[in-house]
Amino acid sequence: MSSSVEFFDPAADSNKDYGTPISEPASGNTVQLSIDGKAITVPEGTSVMRAASIAGIDIPKLCATDSVSAFGSCRLCMVAIEGVRGLPASCTTPAREGMVVRTQNKQLSKLRRNVLELYLSDHPLDCLMCPSNGDCELQDVAGKIGVREVRYGLDGKHHLGQEKDRSNPYFTFNPSKCIVCSRCVRACQEIQGQFAISLTGRGFDSKISAGQEQSFMESDCVSCGACVKACPTSALIENSIIKHGRGHDSITTTCAYCGVGCNFDVQVKGEQVVNMTPTKTSKANHGHSCVKGRFAYGYATHKDRIKTPMIREHIDHPWKKVSWEEAFSFAAQKMKGIQEKYGVNAIGGVASSRCSNEEAYLMQKLIRTGFKNNNIDNCARVCHSPTGYGLKTTLGESAGTQTFDSVMKADVVMLIGTNPASAHPVFGSLLKKRIRQGAGLIVVDPLQTQLVKSPHIKANHHLQLRPGSNVAFINAMAHVIVEEGLENDGFIQDRCDQKAYKLWREFIATPENAPEATEAYTGIPAEELRKAARLFAKAPNSAIYYGLGVTEHSQGSTMVMGIANLSMLTGNLGREGVGVNPMRGQNNVQGACDMGTFPHELPGYRHVSDPSARGQFRKAWNTTLPDEPGLRILDMFNAATDGTFKGLYVQGEDVAQSDPDTQHVEAALGSLECLIVQDLFLNETAKFAHVFLPGSSFLEKNGTFTNAERRISRVRQVMHPLGGLEDWEVTCGLAKALDCDWDYSHPSEIMAEVASLTPTFAGVSYDKIDRIGSIQWPCTSEEHEGTPIMHKDMFVRGDGFFALTPFIPSDEKTSRKYPLLLTTGRILSQYNVGAQTRRTANTEWHPEDTLKIHPHDAEARGIQHDDKVSISSRAGTTVLKAEVTTKVQPGVLHTTFHHPVSGTNVITTDNSDWATSCPEFKVTAVQARKVTQPSQWQRRFYQRHEDQLGNLHGQN
Amino acid sequence: MSSIKVYVPTDTTSVSLGADKVAAAIKQQAENNKVAVDIVRTSTRGMFWLEPLIEVETREGRIGYGPVEPHNVDALFTAGFLEGGDHPLRVGKVDDIPWLAEQQRRMFRRLGATRPTSLDDYHETGGLKGLEKAIHMVPQAIVDEIKTSGLRGRGGAGFPTGIKWQTVLDCSGSEKYIVCNADEGDSGTFADRLVMECDPYSLIEGMIIAGLAVGAEQGYIYLRCEYPRAHKILNQAIETAYAEKILGDSVLGKGKRFDLEVRLAAGAYVCGEETSLLESLEGKRGLVRAKPPLPAIEGLFGKPTIVNNVLSLTAVSDILATSGGEYQALGVGRSTGTMQFQLAGNIKRGGLVEVPFGISLEELLYDYGGGSASGRPIRAVQVGGPLGSYLTEAEFDTPMTYEEFTEIGAVLGHGGIVVFDDTVDMAQQARFAMEFCAAESCGKCTPCRIGSTRGVEVIDRIINNEDREQNIELLHDLCDTMDAASLCALGGMTSLPVRSAIQYFHIDFEKEPEVNP
Repeated sequence: MSSSVEFFDPAADSNKDYGTPISEPASGNTVQLSIDGKAITVPEGTSVMRAASIAGIDIPKLCATDSVSAFGSCRLCMVAIEGVRGLPASCTTPAREGMVVRTQNKQLSKLRRNVLELYLSDHPLDCLMCPSNGDCELQDVAGKIGVREVRYGLDGKHHLGQEKDRSNPYFTFNPSKCIVCSRCVRACQEIQGQFAISLTGRGFDSKISAGQEQSFMESDCVSCGACVKACPTSALIENSIIKHGRGHDSITTTCAYCGVGCNFDVQVKGEQVVNMTPTKTSKANHGHSCVKGRFAYGYATHKDRIKTPMIREHIDHPWKKVSWEEAFSFAAQKMKGIQEKYGVNAIGGVASSRCSNEEAYLMQKLIRTGFKNNNIDNCARVCHSPTGYGLKTTLGESAGTQTFDSVMKADVVMLIGTNPASAHPVFGSLLKKRIRQGAGLIVVDPLQTQLVKSPHIKANHHLQLRPGSNVAFINAMAHVIVEEGLENDGFIQDRCDQKAYKLWREFIATPENAPEATEAYTGIPAEELRKAARLFAKAPNSAIYYGLGVTEHSQGSTMVMGIANLSMLTGNLGREGVGVNPMRGQNNVQGACDMGTFPHELPGYRHVSDPSARGQFRKAWNTTLPDEPGLRILDMFNAATDGTFKGLYVQGEDVAQSDPDTQHVEAALGSLECLIVQDLFLNETAKFAHVFLPGSSFLEKNGTFTNAERRISRVRQVMHPLGGLEDWEVTCGLAKALDCDWDYSHPSEIMAEVASLTPTFAGVSYDKIDRIGSIQWPCTSEEHEGTPIMHKDMFVRGDGFFALTPFIPSDEKTSRKYPLLLTTGRILSQYNVGAQTRRTANTEWHPEDTLKIHPHDAEARGIQHDDKVSISSRAGTTVLKAEVTTKVQPGVLHTTFHHPVSGTNVITTDNSDWATSCPEFKVTAVQARKVTQPSQWQRRFYQRHEDQLGNLHGQN
Repeated sequence: MSSIKVYVPTDTTSVSLGADKVAAAIKQQAENNKVAVDIVRTSTRGMFWLEPLIEVETREGRIGYGPVEPHNVDALFTAGFLEGGDHPLRVGKVDDIPWLAEQQRRMFRRLGATRPTSLDDYHETGGLKGLEKAIHMVPQAIVDEIKTSGLRGRGGAGFPTGIKWQTVLDCSGSEKYIVCNADEGDSGTFADRLVMECDPYSLIEGMIIAGLAVGAEQGYIYLRCEYPRAHKILNQAIETAYAEKILGDSVLGKGKRFDLEVRLAAGAYVCGEETSLLESLEGKRGLVRAKPPLPAIEGLFGKPTIVNNVLSLTAVSDILATSGGEYQALGVGRSTGTMQFQLAGNIKRGGLVEVPFGISLEELLYDYGGGSASGRPIRAVQVGGPLGSYLTEAEFDTPMTYEEFTEIGAVLGHGGIVVFDDTVDMAQQARFAMEFCAAESCGKCTPCRIGSTRGVEVIDRIINNEDREQNIELLHDLCDTMDAASLCALGGMTSLPVRSAIQYFHIDFEKEPEVNP
């Protein structure tokens, strides 16, 4: 009698390896077959191996794993199929209706044993000392199949004793352990899309090679770890496993780097993290990772961590280590004193997009109830505040509209001012996969990014616009679409505000928005832009992804609205494969904004002047609430230099390094009477601080992060906080010292409070997240499981609003004095101010910030590769090493700001977005010349750095 | 006075035996003698023991002299060879040489008779008839004609060509490909090369017909890189075919497109296997693909693709020029038509024998081949390339058909026949089979990648009399494993020569090992 298994493909819910990827036939057809007498129904295209696995029958395998396509090389998974000649490999054989499969018989057992014997005849049999011992698929299979001897002897031709490749700081390649299954090759190609690993040689001499027989570090490898994860033996293995052995426990948490918000399984031995592997079932990253999240977690236990609270009366004084209580009380007294002396508005706080939702929520609650003003801002101010403004205005919600997976249904993708391969690598890989499947690609970027051209990727159009001309570009796109009648009339009529559309249409149709006219600003040839516009408008599904190259401009908000307009115009909203997708820089930019860490908005984007919202919070918090917006970060600095703002609490943000016009920021910080810094390290801002409160890394606390697709995921504690308190507890401690009546015992209670006060979070709870993995807000009720795609039937604001987007060029223009445009950006290995990644081996990829300069500009200035170059703007001067490259266009310079000594933001100016004050990091007019010495600012920096280290170590 | 036509072949075999030098010597001597001689460069007749074979146009027909070496030329002139004069090298009227006359040459009927790249010669000898017919037929009718012929793939597997074509025809989509497998790599085979060097238009014609039959507009010839002469001739022929509107956007001016290109292989035997051929053609490493999907459904660049051998496609021109029924009437049972046997190795009269299926090995070896070249008894014959079984005299009467050969555990393959006399050491031949597999393995599947290397080691131990019995048993086990578990025929068929060597020549595995001094 055969038992019958109903069709159920549980891959999404399990860490089990089903051998081959899930099949999702467009037809939706299923087939029924019998495997070892069990009847099973699976989607058409499912392999026999996967079907068997679903039925609970595990067929031996080595070269198959369900994260990459089947290869059919190990031959262990052979099965007998009635009516089929020979013994086909079950991994490459699709299940067919009525198939009768046997996975075990005498012949199969013998063949499998013989094949495995061949493997073992060329493998070091040193299992007990192997780092993969106990976690090795070859070992497991040998155990199951039962090989008792290697009759070929061990003195034949072999690959033992080969030199290991230890070039990568995080993993080792030991060719002697390699079974040439090519899982790493496929992982590198199919998952990461890097094509850095290949097979070389033939027959017995076949071997895995990074690059062209190079070491991993010399090759194009980006150290994403996909190959290491895919390796069934210890041929590719994490150095941490070699060093520590395997973990005893595994805890699933969320990465604290970029806005992709990958989930990781953290393997620990007691409090020692021994490995972090991407979570297979994660909806954000589907088991993939990048070099930062996967490997660069060592900063958490770096010797620079400050573990004890410290105070000092004056910033020139040595630090004094104190108890938490003393630190809280010192800080509270200072703040109260300032308010008494300078007024209630003389203090404020900056929340962090790096911290959890709960911590951000408590920060704004502390400012509003403890500081009793609205002087709360967060670092999204300097990155994605225009997204909030622009999308709220046009669509009605300050958030991206899609899931990451949505890109797999896009026919054309337009990237504007974003380089996901560097800044959002895991999404970048997914995007590249879609491009390799044939989707069209338009890259709008002043730089030659990887997405413009890399292995098996070539953009249909690279619109290499000049920095600062985004709005002219997006208007021209819309102009072409309207002029050529390519707009989606039905969508506009059904979904958008007609009056606004009519006005907008008149505006956009004016000749000044034609690509022939905007070409003067953008530098994009009109015909090329027209082609790109047609490609975008004519595809069934077109999606826009954008980053800080859109927002960090004086027209950032205008540009965001222009993007929303273009998507509405072409009907590309409200379903999979389309949408407006802001690529959030930091792990919790979305969440920090959602939590109301803004001077004008309460949690859930409700304006402080809205009496009903204010009333709700006033009641819940049992306090009065000011109805006037407070100060933005830049306003706080200006008020500080004016002498009216004297106290600041900064949590997890290094404004002295990350904010523009460093010298102005330093002047502001230096004028404060009380600066409280809560951070992992004595960062640049802390050099101006009076109170230092040790922060806790994501490994040390509980909470939630919300990624760029509005996905709320859990952060779970894997070790105790090094300073004794989790960040939320620190804020609670300070609040209590400021007479707040708070009593939270766990972050879940904070989330419960958020849910009770915020309609879009009403259905969010830790229990539910634990149950279903993650929740994309809006999640409005207990039963609701979240909203993957927004604006499905109607826009959150009702009718979509076409906002007018006139192009007003930035004041920041090139001149005779400053003839070049500097733009700043991101790279793969370093992250933001580098506080974390600089304290890991990632510095091997990027030991210092360099200035990218086109050979023409370099030549004109006598600058050669590696020369010291002084870059001056009207704000300041710094000196960087030159990298002469054609990745930038003539007239444009590019650099990063990962190292404090680079002083990148000494040059950036106080120009900012007209609506949100988001700084114009992406456009600064500069001059460059060859020098031999660091700048004055850099010399001061070195001096201050030494002084402050002295204050730290010379403390009592 | 009109000049006398002297035909000198240009194919690789003849040239390597001195045909160019002979041609130059004739030219020189004619000038010296002030005789008007028109040297026409044709190709070989496939009678290699006579090459270079010089033919002179006389009233009786073409009279042959061979094998001619440059130093013979003087004497030939003296003997009056330009008028068909007698000489020890005179072989008489070439068409009447029994070796040739008794064959049933259809596809190879132009061999040696025409100038390879002359389209006029091709046309005058009945070329393009098939295409001229096919261009007016609906695709299904062309496929039906091939089905009727019973043509089976000449690459070795013997899969019915018509069924393959039907599969491709039935695939939707406009992007399809015709790929000619010209990576001829089996030991003792040269028939593909002869087609390409001697009668390239017959292949081109067959490919265009295939394109018309299934709706493909692009063809590729994947050519073995060791065939530079074929490369040059094919490219010249293709250029002419484009100029004469046989290839291009309107084949024969009838509005149907077919483009054709030669792609050079990179020297891997395994790329003669159709899926690794496709990988290589796509510019990738020549790794064998798992099937399914079949190339007919997802082939080159993932599109429906016909992959056919040179001989299969050449047969297509012939079938369309005559009829499927006529072709089908030849041969035996399901082995229809003629087969192009290639006699090589230790054989007196090596060359190309095109006869209907069903002839026996004995007839080929002795009637055509004339026994071994060394004059010693023939001890073993390997049919079907390096992965074919070794046969002994006991099997020589087996009719050469797909079915009969399967019956005796052997293969016809591509029709190559390699002959060994009684000095052969079959243990070394078995070792060579494993060594060949190890050298040519693509390295994808484990049984072939590791197994072939272990096979060499095990046979060495057997030869050296180390645990001989256990090692013979292990070798059988290994053969079972490679046979059943390899991904493609390379690993899967290496057991055939190895096992047949052990089975029929076990005595060679029982010798005392040679003691190294």
